[in-house]
Amino acid sequence: MRLDCPICGNRDRREFYYQGDAVMLARPAVDAGAVAWDRYLHLRGNPAGQTRDLWQHEAGCGAWLVVTRDTVTHAVSAVELASDVKGAMA
Amino acid sequence: MAELKARTACEDALPVTVGAAQLEELDLGPVTSVMVWGQEAEVSAAMEAAHGMAFPKPNRSSSKDAGRCVWFGRNQAILIGVAPDATLGNHAAVVDQSDAWCAVSLSGSASEDILARLVPVDLRRGQFKRGHTARTQVGHMMASVTRTGSDSFMILVFRSMAITLIHELEQAMQAVASRST
Repeated sequence: MRLDCPICGNRDRREFYYQGDAVMLARPAVDAGAVAWDRYLHLRGNPAGQTRDLWQHEAGCGAWLVVTRDTVTHAVSAVELASDVKGAMA
Repeated sequence: MAELKARTACEDALPVTVGAAQLEELDLGPVTSVMVWGQEAEVSAAMEAAHGMAFPKPNRSSSKDAGRCVWFGRNQAILIGVAPDATLGNHAAVVDQSDAWCAVSLSGSASEDILARLVPVDLRRGQFKRGHTARTQVGHMMASVTRTGSDSFMILVFRSMAITLIHELEQAMQAVASRST
């Protein structure tokens, strides 16, 4: 598996660290309530198909990345800087 | 007070020559990390004015006289061989890391083949030209690899990894040498 780091270019998977679902970027408000916080902290989808994960280019530039990939075909369709994605979400 | 003697990271272990490759320690002089927290263009202008080198683009390095500036990660570069000008501190966090990094030079016609065994990046001459740099791994170590000549590379790892780096490189040097006869 290889990922196209937006900064460094195409790199081997071993340079990257996998964190988990990119839902971590959408932190609920402090007063959002127990249900929203429970979903944010503990509930994850397990889709057969497109999913978005957070990866870090740990041994490279150090940037956090949002990787869009397909759990059925293993195809990676997009790699974006998490800072750009988070900016777009705000 | 006792006079303390400075020791370099690889003092007892280098130089080493195996087949068509030489591994030597590099004395970099001052090493300073420059981490941009303001505008990169402003840092670049300050560096250009003070040291004659712009802030390097990703995967690139530049040199001027005794100084070298190597891209070192997102919004990061290291300045080697020259003391940093105070103006850099206006737009970036400037931190002395002189003794934190172990620097070695791998040279000789076998160096590309040796690094191909350890580094998951294409370092062949056609792809990775003089002055090109990569933050990547050597074995399992985080490293900075820069091409300094047609068959020479500068490799930086954390100082605590110095002997591990030499061990890994020496093994690869021996393996490549044993195949070439």
